[in-house]
Amino acid sequence: MSGAVDTATFKERADMALADRILKVAVERTAGTAETKRAVAVDAFPDFEAARDRAAAIKDHVVAHLGAYLEEFEANAIAAGAKVHWASTADEACRIVIDICKAAGAKSVARSKSMLGEEIGLPHALAEAGIGRVETDLAEHIIQLADERPSHIIWPAMHKTREQVSALFKAKHRSPHEEETIAAMAESARRELRTQMLGADVGISGANFLIADTGAICTVTNEGNAELSLVPPRVHIVTAGIEKIVPSMPHAIHMLRMLARSATGAALTQYTTFYTGPKRAGDRDGPEEMHIVLVDNGRTKMREEGLAEMLRCIRCGACMNHCVVFRQIGGHAYGGTYPGPMGAVLTPVFDGLKQSRDLASACTLNGKCQEVCPVRIPLPTLLKGWREKSWREGLEPTSMRWGLGLWAWVARRPALYRLGTGVAVRAMQMLGKKGWIDRLPLAGGWTRYRDMPKPAPQTFMEQYRKERRQ
Amino acid sequence: MTRTVALFVTCLVDLMRPRIGFAAIRALEAAGCEVVVPEGQTCCGQPALNSGDRDHAVALAKQTIEALEPYEAVVVPSGSCAGTIRCHYPELFEHDAVWLPRAQAVAGKTFEVMAYLDEVCGWRPEGVALDAKATYHDSCSGLRELGIKAQPRRLLKGIDGLHFAPLKGEETCCGFGGTFCVKYPAISNAIVGEKADAIDATGADLLLAGDLGCLMNMAGKLNRKGSKVRAFHAIELIAGMGDGPAIGEEA
Repeated sequence: MSGAVDTATFKERADMALADRILKVAVERTAGTAETKRAVAVDAFPDFEAARDRAAAIKDHVVAHLGAYLEEFEANAIAAGAKVHWASTADEACRIVIDICKAAGAKSVARSKSMLGEEIGLPHALAEAGIGRVETDLAEHIIQLADERPSHIIWPAMHKTREQVSALFKAKHRSPHEEETIAAMAESARRELRTQMLGADVGISGANFLIADTGAICTVTNEGNAELSLVPPRVHIVTAGIEKIVPSMPHAIHMLRMLARSATGAALTQYTTFYTGPKRAGDRDGPEEMHIVLVDNGRTKMREEGLAEMLRCIRCGACMNHCVVFRQIGGHAYGGTYPGPMGAVLTPVFDGLKQSRDLASACTLNGKCQEVCPVRIPLPTLLKGWREKSWREGLEPTSMRWGLGLWAWVARRPALYRLGTGVAVRAMQMLGKKGWIDRLPLAGGWTRYRDMPKPAPQTFMEQYRKERRQ
Repeated sequence: MTRTVALFVTCLVDLMRPRIGFAAIRALEAAGCEVVVPEGQTCCGQPALNSGDRDHAVALAKQTIEALEPYEAVVVPSGSCAGTIRCHYPELFEHDAVWLPRAQAVAGKTFEVMAYLDEVCGWRPEGVALDAKATYHDSCSGLRELGIKAQPRRLLKGIDGLHFAPLKGEETCCGFGGTFCVKYPAISNAIVGEKADAIDATGADLLLAGDLGCLMNMAGKLNRKGSKVRAFHAIELIAGMGDGPAIGEEA
C-alpha cells in the first residue's frame, strides 16, 4: 500500500464518511446511475444467467490451470517480441518497472489507470525513484491533482462531485475552463494532459485480460487514454495480475461482454484494444520495447488458502455499486486499494487480517453483491471465511467473544434457556414504556438510533405450554 | 391427508413477538396441517455462524438437527433462520460423514412458513379481511437464499380489503444484518434511515416483511422518527391477526 500513513480505524473513517454529505451525493450519483444502467443492460442480454455461468467456468478453468496458461502466454508474448518478467511480490514488481524505466532513461511516464498498479504501490515507487508520472485517465488525473487515492475501481474519483472537480481544475490547470459545463472541464483536462502524454518516455498500463494463445494483452477505457499514452512512447510496460489470463480471444470477448455491462451498463467500452508485442518491421507506430510484468502478490496463496473463487474477479465494481454499506461510506473508508465487498475479501490478503478484520464484519450479508457478480463469486461466503479466521485467531473483541459464548452456552441447554428467556422478557418489560424501549443496557448500538419494541410478558414457549395444558 | 409439521419458532419470535409463532400455527392449521412445537429447540445458531464462531454454530446446529429430524417437515417463520438450516447446515458439516446426511435431510424438509403454505399446501387465506394499505419489504436471506418473493404476495392477495403500495428499493437491505446493526450502529442507522424514508414515502399504513429482525430494525427506526406506519410480520395478516397490536404497540 502506498500513500500517507492512515492511523484512523475503520469505524473512525466510516464516521467521517457518514458525516460528509457531499460524499453521499457523489457516491449516489455515480453508483445509482450504474445500478440503473446495469439492470437495463442485463435485461436486454439474452440469458445473462447462463453467460454468468460460462464466465465463472472460464475463470475457474484458468485458475485451476494457471501455470500452464501462463507459460503459454509467456511463450507467445516472447514470440511476438515482448519481454516477460515475473514478480512474486509488490516490491519486486515495482523494482522491475523502475529498472526498466531507468534503463530507458525515462524522466516521465504516462500511466493508464490500473488497479494492479495501485495495489503494488507503483505511483509511490515512481515518485521515490524521481520519475515524473502523468495519470492519463481523467479520473486518475483528478486524483493525482488532489493528491488522493482512488475510492472506486472503475471511477477512482467517484467521491468527488463535478462541482469539486471544477474547483480543483481551476486551482491546478494552467489554462482552466471558464464555462461551468462538463464539456468545458473535459477540454481543460485535455489541454493539460495531451502534451504531457505525448512527451512521456514510457507508457505504463495494466491489463484487463492476458490472452494465452496469442500473447496479447487487452485494455479497456472510455477515453482512449490508454491508446494515446501507450503507442507513442518508446517503451510500453504492462503490469498485470497473473489471474488476468484467459485461454483465447473468444474467451476474452465473452469476459468483455460481462465486464462492460456489469461495470457501467454499456454493451462495450468506447476503446477496447489488444496489444501484441512491440512495433514490428513495417508498422507505422508503436513502442520499440514492450515489457510485461506478471505479478503474483499473494494470488497463488489465495488459490491454496480457500480464496480461489476470488481469483475469478474481473474488477467490474458491480459488487460495490450495489452494496448498501459502500453506498453509505464510499471507498476510502475501507482503507485498502480495493473497496466494497471485493475489497473486503482482498484487503486482508494484502494488508493482513489484523489490520483489516473490520471489513469482513462491516457487511450485512444481504447477498446482493453475489447476485450481481458477473462471475458468481460467493462474496458473503468468503467474507464469512475471514470472520471465522478472525474468530479463530482471537482478533474479535473480548466482549463479543464472551457475550456470544455465554449465549451459546445457555442456548445449548433448552431448559435453562427457557428460564433465562422468561426472565429476560420480564426484565425488558420493566424498561419499556408505551410498547417501546428507548434505552436498553448492553444494546446501546441499537437504541442510540432506533427504538426497541417491548417484548410480550411471556415468551412463545411459555404461552404455548400454558395453552397446551388447558 | 394431514401433514404433521414441526414449527421451529426461532429465538427472536420466542423472545420478542410470540404472536408470530401463533399466527404461523393458526395459518398452518387452517391449511390442514397438524403443528407440533419440538421441545429441544432454542436457536439455529445463526448469530454464531455469522460471527465466525464455528464451534458454537456446529453445536447449536447439531442440537437443532436432533430436535427437528423426527418430523416430516419443518416450518420456520423467518427467511434467515430457514436459510441457515436449508443452506448453511449442509455447508457446516461438509467434511463430517456422520452429520452431513443428517444435516442434508433436515435441510431438505425445512421451509419458510409462507413458502410452505403457498408452494407445498397450495393454500390461500379464506374469509380474512383487513381494510388497509400495505407495503412489503423483501428480507434478504429469504429473497436470495430461498427465493421468497411471490409466495407472500400471493397469500396476501387473499386478504379482502388489503391493497398495496410498492416500496422503492423493496429488495434493498434494511441494514439489520444480525450483529452488524450493533457492531456498526452508525452505518446501520444510515441504511435503515433511508429505508424508513422510503417506507414513509409509500403512504402505506402497514409495513410487512417475513423476518422479525428486519421488522424490528425498520419499525424501531420508523418509531424513532415519529412515523405512523405500523409493522407486522406478513404471516400475522395472513392468519387473520392483522387487527391486533403492531410491533411496538401494547396489547
